[in-house]
Amino acid sequence: MNVWIAIAATALGCYALKLGGLVTPQRVLADPRVRRFTDLVPVALLTALVAVQALAHGKALELDGPRLAGLGAAVAALLLRAPFLVVLAVAAGTAALLRLVF
Amino acid sequence: MVMTETAPAPRRAAVRDGLGVGLAVGISGLAFGAAAVTAGLSVAQACALSLLAFTGASQFALVGVIGGGGALVTGVLGAVLLGSRNALYGMRLADLLRVRGARRLLTAHLVIDETAAVATAQPDRASARTGFYVTAVTLLLNWNLTTLLGALGAARLGDPETIGLDVLGPAVFLALLWPRLTAGRTELRVAAAAAAIALVATPLLPPGVPVMLAAVAALIGAAR
Repeated sequence: MNVWIAIAATALGCYALKLGGLVTPQRVLADPRVRRFTDLVPVALLTALVAVQALAHGKALELDGPRLAGLGAAVAALLLRAPFLVVLAVAAGTAALLRLVF
Repeated sequence: MVMTETAPAPRRAAVRDGLGVGLAVGISGLAFGAAAVTAGLSVAQACALSLLAFTGASQFALVGVIGGGGALVTGVLGAVLLGSRNALYGMRLADLLRVRGARRLLTAHLVIDETAAVATAQPDRASARTGFYVTAVTLLLNWNLTTLLGALGAARLGDPETIGLDVLGPAVFLALLWPRLTAGRTELRVAAAAAAIALVATPLLPPGVPVMLAAVAALIGAAR
């Protein structure tokens, strides 16, 4: 398979999936159970994404000190009600600083 | 100051969220452009992926397989599998955005982790829409621009971990999820179960599948 064909196939497949969710009929989504599910989906998937990005590297689980400290600093900033960009700066800054020092 | 001329507070907050996410996550476009060229793609191929696939995780997966010398078919299947969570976001966004016709065809391209995260973090439908489109446009421009820069400067780009960029991804989603995690016990339980499912499945299943599998946590949460 040519790389350009692989790119086209990936783009088409990804687009079809995006569209597939968006065209779900309104009457299906109106069902209270479905509604509850789709409402909780972003919470579940995004939390899973955070967990995997923080604790996994490929198929291996790993504990990266500076990365976890950065996320911990983000949680502290969120608890202090810091604005969004401050939370990100604190998270990246903490990890970078620890890697510089150690 | 004439307060009546400014947008209501939730809309302004949505714009702020969207711009922030669009700019912050766009930075990883540099990393993608560099990774793609390092894996052997041309600059044009890296840019085509960012423009046409426009879903970061899938793009990284495809170039990862190409770089590792894997079969292209495997790479495409993995990338598309990673994109399947966008279908679930779409189901939620269908109700929030209520778009029809040609606008729906264009909007579909923009359904990704970041736009879903910002849209669902807003308190009402109007600000959810604002947040979705502001994030989408900011990210689309920034992601493609930084992909090009990353691809052109691949050799000069250092290790993104040195400046803590690997923390940026999870920190963005954590910050966007925060209001919902602190809002209700069900949300917190679903989040904890989702993280546990994904982590347990990580060593056992191909990358991307564990996150998709975590949707089971939402299914259980909804059934109760």
